Amino acid sequence: MKDVKITPLRNGTVIDHIKPGMALKILPLLNIDQDYSTGLSIAMYVQSKKHQLKDIVKIEDKELHHKEMNRLAVITPNATISIIRDFKVVKKFKVKLPKVIEGIVRCENINCITNGKEPVVSKLVRAQEDPVKFKCYYCGRIQNMLEKRII
Amino acid sequence: MSLKGRDIVAITDLDMDEIETILNEAQKMVPAARGEVKNDSLSGMILAALFFEASTRTRLSFETAMHRLGGDVITIAGQEGSSLIKGETLADTIRMAEGYSDIIAIRHPKEGAARLSATFSKIPVINGGDGAGQHPTQTLLDLFTIKQNLGDISKLHVTIGGDLKYGRTTHSLSLALGRMGARMTFVAPKRIQMVDHILDDLNRMDASFDVVYDIKETIPDTDVLYMTRIQKERFPDEEEYMKVAGAFRITAEMLEPAKKKMIVMHPLPRIDEIHHSVDATPHARYFQQAFNGVPVRMALLHLLLED
Ligand SMILES: [Zn+2]
Repeated sequence: MKDVKITPLRNGTVIDHIKPGMALKILPLLNIDQDYSTGLSIAMYVQSKKHQLKDIVKIEDKELHHKEMNRLAVITPNATISIIRDFKVVKKFKVKLPKVIEGIVRCENINCITNGKEPVVSKLVRAQEDPVKFKCYYCGRIQNMLEKRII
Repeated sequence: MSLKGRDIVAITDLDMDEIETILNEAQKMVPAARGEVKNDSLSGMILAALFFEASTRTRLSFETAMHRLGGDVITIAGQEGSSLIKGETLADTIRMAEGYSDIIAIRHPKEGAARLSATFSKIPVINGGDGAGQHPTQTLLDLFTIKQNLGDISKLHVTIGGDLKYGRTTHSLSLALGRMGARMTFVAPKRIQMVDHILDDLNRMDASFDVVYDIKETIPDTDVLYMTRIQKERFPDEEEYMKVAGAFRITAEMLEPAKKKMIVMHPLPRIDEIHHSVDATPHARYFQQAFNGVPVRMALLHLLLED
């Protein structure tokens, strides 16, 4: 049962070490549109080598950009991204929280103008390192638990 | 350095030199603010005062400031403001107002409204208060009043009392004073003491401050006593409110041990925090402070519209 039957990827992107149960949440952030038809496999709640649960997403024939992948860190900060060409890992990196998060997370301030009907997407900017904290560009509120307010 | 075309949304948008420039310009504006000399430097210009929330003092001082510089004012206030909020997005109202004016002053019940307006507007936006958020012109006029009376702010001890939890005025004032190197004492009942995120910010900038609970003991050693309104709604019952309101009421008698040059400030309107007996003492500065809203806003209008 421990072995996951996902065919090895010839070309594409593997997102590994996704927080268990979050695989479906990250799909909307990958910019994979409806026309994408090559192949996408998702494994959820599989055991890692260190016997911890994780999700994995494999995307065939599509190399995802470094920058757009960093948005994933909001949902799953420990995810790793591997770019595969001809069955070989040609590039591997860990996601890193970006300086600005736009349109992914709602501002936690219920009285913030961005939580109403205005034609803007939410915009959170990095306000502090270690621990990393973001604040709303509009109302200035420091944000806690970003993953709870994914749009 | 030029501030022309800039937005003033939060006091933190301004660096120390820019604050200094604004305070110096405000000092020059005092005679014209009093109507003693004529200043027509903004003749032909129009201020749109968009007050989606009532604030008579702030609105009138913006309007007076513009008139004192020879400019004109168009205003949204009262019921009109609240029906506009229901009717269309702020983004749309701003782009309409921008077509009718040269500069916008906005007050709005939602936090972030001024930043949003600045994002959509091609003309300068001044924040006249957005919800529990920012109110930079209040902070500027507070700093101006302190400097005008006592000079170098970095050498002063400022005691800030009253509602420090919900009072946004005290938040941005203390951050500004911290940046300027003033020593601060926060005095309030536990329930409404200064919030942690402001104390964290002050620690990060190495500001020097104390948190205390008894207002009487702070009086002899302070240069400025800045009181704010204590609202009944913040307390679970009438009894507890009365207890706090009683302990935090400044009277002329309480000020006897104060330094001779100590000044008492309050953003007004006051409830019971400052007894009328204080008005006649040489310490009272809250009416001067209210007047200072005019020269400070004149300075801003002038600097944002002219070089
Ligand atoms: Zn916000």
